[in-house]
Amino acid sequence: MSVEAPTSMSADITTRIEVAHRESGMPTPLVGMLLFIASEVMFFGGLFAAYFNARAGFVGEWGPPSPAPELEILPIALPLTVILLTSSLTMQLGVWAIRRGDQGAMRFWTAITLLLGISFVAGQLYDYSTLGFGISDGVFGTVFYTLTGFHGAHVFGGTVGLTILLARATQGQFSARNHVAVEAISIYWHFVDVVWIALFTTLYFLR
Amino acid sequence: MATTTLEPRAETYSRSWVIDWLTTVDHKKIGVLYIVNSFLFFFAAGILALVIRSELAVPGLQFLDEPTYNQAFTMHGTIMIFLFIVPVLSGFANYVVPLQLGAPDMAFPRINALSFWLLPLGGLLIFSGYLFGGAAAEGWTGYAPLSNGVYAGGVGTDLWLIGLTLVGTASILGAVNIIATVFKMRAPGMTLMRMPIFCWTVLVTAVLILLATPVLAAGLIALFIDRNYGGSFFDATAGGHPILWQHIFWFFGHPEVYIVILPAMGVVSEILPVFSRRPLFGYRAFVFATIAIGLLSFSVWAHHMFTTGVVFLPFFAFMTALIAVPTGVKMFNWMATLWRGSISLTTPMLFALGFVTMFLFGGITGVMLSAPAVDFHLQDTYFVVGHLHYVFFGGSVFGVFAATYFWFPKMTGRRLNERLGKVHFWIHFIGFNLAMFPMHPLGISGMPRRIADYSPDAGWTLWNLVSTAGAFMIAISILPFLINVIATFINGERVGDDPWEANTLEWATSSPPPPYNFDKLPPIRSERPVFDLRHKHDLEHLSPEERP
Repeated sequence: MSVEAPTSMSADITTRIEVAHRESGMPTPLVGMLLFIASEVMFFGGLFAAYFNARAGFVGEWGPPSPAPELEILPIALPLTVILLTSSLTMQLGVWAIRRGDQGAMRFWTAITLLLGISFVAGQLYDYSTLGFGISDGVFGTVFYTLTGFHGAHVFGGTVGLTILLARATQGQFSARNHVAVEAISIYWHFVDVVWIALFTTLYFLR
Repeated sequence: MATTTLEPRAETYSRSWVIDWLTTVDHKKIGVLYIVNSFLFFFAAGILALVIRSELAVPGLQFLDEPTYNQAFTMHGTIMIFLFIVPVLSGFANYVVPLQLGAPDMAFPRINALSFWLLPLGGLLIFSGYLFGGAAAEGWTGYAPLSNGVYAGGVGTDLWLIGLTLVGTASILGAVNIIATVFKMRAPGMTLMRMPIFCWTVLVTAVLILLATPVLAAGLIALFIDRNYGGSFFDATAGGHPILWQHIFWFFGHPEVYIVILPAMGVVSEILPVFSRRPLFGYRAFVFATIAIGLLSFSVWAHHMFTTGVVFLPFFAFMTALIAVPTGVKMFNWMATLWRGSISLTTPMLFALGFVTMFLFGGITGVMLSAPAVDFHLQDTYFVVGHLHYVFFGGSVFGVFAATYFWFPKMTGRRLNERLGKVHFWIHFIGFNLAMFPMHPLGISGMPRRIADYSPDAGWTLWNLVSTAGAFMIAISILPFLINVIATFINGERVGDDPWEANTLEWATSSPPPPYNFDKLPPIRSERPVFDLRHKHDLEHLSPEERP
């Protein structure tokens, strides 16, 4: 696992105290990211609970309110899923590249991941425009747009993180020893992917 | 080697103190900001409490109309819980935990500053409802459908939702910081089972915040969507469920009770050993009891919902009563710590003993309410209001004052005046009981909570009058406290680094501590490193075989 390299402020007491508290085990930023993701799990847990609560107590046929058509995995939802799953793979290729110290490959895979992420958000917005129902069309519309919307917002947040990663990588800020930000963003990106898998399964198959 | 020396000493540079405090990432300054900010909100919410009690003193509407009264109790509860008790304890955690762990700062100092600055922003948003046609008025629990767009049409409830979401975000970020600090920043030798109890309680609290608050955030956002974008999460006419709000709110709300009480228990567990000159009885049992309370707190939320008829009563009643077991363990720890101790009744000790007795009372009424048969009778009566005030105020707030008197010398180098402190304690203690005890008989005789008026024939007038007198007594008790804080800050008795002869690492550095906390750390071989350091020569006349 990576370790933050000591800064150049060798006369600064904080550096010396950090040496006294020498890091072992998981780097602190990764601990922070994992804890943050734990809170995100509970956040989505609350929204999923709302979904299943509405689903369980619903009288009538569960799904988009008529006259809107049924939800279909083609032509949009399944390709979007493939795009997001692929982006997790490319993200991980970027992480493996920087662990080897290959800055060029890391930049390449991060850029591909970013493009896939933007495609997902754009595709989802297009999907919204074709569905034929809105957030105020009954409880299904409310839970559908809230869950997919918050997931989409998290993908968007991930693309912001990836953009920052790419900018920093372009300046050569990451190396085999020092790339904890890449590891942290990648964990977040995989988490957002996992949420989508749960969401996709719930919305399109469990109905 | 006796000490770990950290050289060279830091050089400091000067800048405007305003800029310094606005931009600080030092956990101690942020801790002080938390505490000062929280006390300001405490005074604001306290004035609302006086307004409520004045209205209830005698039958009839004297000062407020009903909508204004609804806003007053909603703001009182919201501000007291979300912007006073939780943040003030976070403030002490911020200040004390890195010191007790022998760390130079929190794990993420800049996120720490962000967590703080979201609080005044969120608090002002919640209060700003008063400027835009009325603040939120459906109680601090915000039950649907009272809080939907039909019954709470004003913008006040939206501001309440946005403000609470910000405050919740601040709590979550703070919890991430605390947990990372505990696991990554402890000094060499500070193992988990040598951590001061306060750090343990703050750690478990942070886990509860981390896992419970996001659920509330989901609920707040769902309600916001219902109100503003035509959603129907809680709208029964469109397939939603109003009861869902109660599930979400209390899935957060009951861990919240322990978020509020656990750090105060930690404070008391630091103070009782110091002023009875004994180690805390049963350190390990206390740690496991704290963890047990944290775990159980996620399985009891529906005891707030017994009367809804949609929850499985035996399960939630049993789990709720079960929490009394680890809590009883702690009571036993505290009493056994005091037993045959050399007790000195300083002001922090008085407040700590006040905590133990008042929290015991609130805990017992809690067990009473855990029985569905009793709860069905007492649901939404003043008995519940009395119970929660004994826990929140008699428990947590007494803990907050104990912490203030205990750590003030560390924060400023000056000890609060003991005579004024005792005047504060006794007026506060008597006033508290006068204000809150009458709520129990009132509740048993049927007085509902959240009413602005009652019939003169109901027989509730005397107890209400006593309660109002007690509320004003609490307010009066704050005066010697404020005078004490200001006078001591300006010209108090300087008492050195370790005035209480205490046990934990914060007393091993100067008062106030330098920006980086420690020049050197004593060796850490128990949960009382400063006690060990003070008494390291006590056993030297014994041969190594004779030592314990």
